[in-house]
Amino acid sequence: MTANSGDHSAVLEASSLTKVYGSGHTEVVAVQDATLTVARGEVVALLGPSGAGKSTLLTMIGLILPPTAGRIVIGGVTVFDAHRTRVNVRRFRRQHMGFVFQKANLIPFLTAAENVRLAMEINDMGRRAARRRAAELLDYLGVGERADHLPAKLSGGEQQRVAVARALANRPGLILADEPTAALDSVRGRQVMELFRKVAHEQQSGVIVVTHDHRALDVFDRTLEMEDGELRESRTVSQAQ
Amino acid sequence: MNLAGRDIRHNFGRFVLTTIGLGLLLMLVMGMGGIYRGLVQEATLLVDRIDADLWVVQKDTRGPFAEVSRIPGNLEDRVRAVPGVLSSRAFVSTTIQRERNRQPLRITVQGLSWPEDRGQWLPLVAGRALGQDHYEMIADESLKLPLGAKVELAKDTYTVVGLTRGMSSPSGDSMAFFTLRDSQAIQFDLSGEAVRLERAARYGRASQIDLGRSQPQVIERSRGLSSAIPALGPPAISAVLVKVRPDVDPGQVQLLIGKWPDVSVYSSDGQRDLLVSGIVDRSRRQLGLFRMLLIIVSGIIMALILYTLTLDKLHDIAMLKLMGARNSVILGLILQQALLLGALGYVIAYYIGQWVFPAFPRRVVIIPEDLWQLAGIVAGISVMASLLGIIKALRVEPSEVLA
Repeated sequence: MTANSGDHSAVLEASSLTKVYGSGHTEVVAVQDATLTVARGEVVALLGPSGAGKSTLLTMIGLILPPTAGRIVIGGVTVFDAHRTRVNVRRFRRQHMGFVFQKANLIPFLTAAENVRLAMEINDMGRRAARRRAAELLDYLGVGERADHLPAKLSGGEQQRVAVARALANRPGLILADEPTAALDSVRGRQVMELFRKVAHEQQSGVIVVTHDHRALDVFDRTLEMEDGELRESRTVSQAQ
Repeated sequence: MNLAGRDIRHNFGRFVLTTIGLGLLLMLVMGMGGIYRGLVQEATLLVDRIDADLWVVQKDTRGPFAEVSRIPGNLEDRVRAVPGVLSSRAFVSTTIQRERNRQPLRITVQGLSWPEDRGQWLPLVAGRALGQDHYEMIADESLKLPLGAKVELAKDTYTVVGLTRGMSSPSGDSMAFFTLRDSQAIQFDLSGEAVRLERAARYGRASQIDLGRSQPQVIERSRGLSSAIPALGPPAISAVLVKVRPDVDPGQVQLLIGKWPDVSVYSSDGQRDLLVSGIVDRSRRQLGLFRMLLIIVSGIIMALILYTLTLDKLHDIAMLKLMGARNSVILGLILQQALLLGALGYVIAYYIGQWVFPAFPRRVVIIPEDLWQLAGIVAGISVMASLLGIIKALRVEPSEVLA
């Protein structure tokens, strides 16, 4: 099955993505022939039970795990095709992608602001510009006054907002979030989801969020569902709820 | 952004303790080199300072510092008569151990040929050179004898009139300088009973030979002072120091005196080489081996520390890779910490060494060449030690962030 965007210009076009672990008797098909498109400014929820292959699909799109087969085009650039990665993966990730995970995964020895700046400095942005944008982002996400605190001094929600700020730092075309609200209460979880929507619309980024949280599905433009490694169908938000 | 610095700031206490530990280890490495230099310097100190072109010593011996050398006192006059010789001085060197204030007092007694040699060439830090033929001494300050102190040696009392610094024998004993006659009195001192027994023995021997029986005065003399018996001769000396005229090649004089069948002659450089190769060489090799082992141990410990520090950061390194950080960023994080650890350890080693080394019983000499060499070695082992961590870090997959 395929999941297609509407008429938006696509930030992601993934076709026939397959991931197989092991071989012979031990072969496990984690993702089978998944095809999806995400438009600029679109926020897509990826639902499904544990072990359905959601995270595997996300990591393939994020160029963290190479697909066994399929094709990935991001921002009009073919990044994976015919079993080969076609770009410098790290450069492409830092320039075009942002990641948010269940855990904030902030660098513990850097302050909140430094964590955000690091993403930009890695991408060769000047220090002054990086400093300014980090401050703007943290203010925007409501943690500006916590900028000089180490992650250990931040609450779970604050850490996750800093992680979102880091993901947004380089104005990526594609943001991939794997259960970003799992460690948050429902109020903060919803705040984070709304944040993705706001950012996606304002920056015209495509956002894919893997989630189990059905309470905030109204935030998404579209929901996709995975089961047994297959991206089965695309449902409207109202159907998913 | 300097990640290494930020990480160190975050784990400051651990980094400081690690650095101090490494610094102490490097101080030992530094100290080993310094002890070797000290051995060489102590071994050659007197030869370097005493201002002699040639050393005339007992045949087939290596001079007074390496082994016992006994030559007759009149050899000084024979040498002085050799063409090209500007001056010759008798020299006595012997090590004694006495007790002072219930503490062992170990001294290398050096006899100077009064009045030509009053010890004016010595590095005096207080007092003066010898001013009279008897009962004065110049002591090294490491003997802890203050200026004006009275020291009883043999049957006489000597006054400390001058203090030197850093004058010790190849065996590490502190030196004290006396006139030749005083040094011989100290060296050949016998107890009253021993003197009486020796005189009785001489009397017995003289009584049993024809000369004694036919010449009663010989028997009478044999009971008296040994200095009054011409056949016994004056006490032996250790060496004769020769100064050659400026316009004469010392090698020529050495060749000339070297032909005498009862002595060996060394140039100052030759004497120096003998001391270094004979006395210091084995210690040098032992210290060198120990130093190398310490360097290896330091390297292994550094490697383990850096590896552990890297293991602690594997998740963060995986995140950096996920964010798209270049390998150079990750290498920099590990390598900068390694170099900083090495550099700070080195600085700590240097400053603690400056404080601790003077308290070592043997001289520790730190020279700039050795410091530069060790700095290079520390830089090298810092880089080598970080390799394990670097290899581990480079193998981390970004997907480990998801684990």
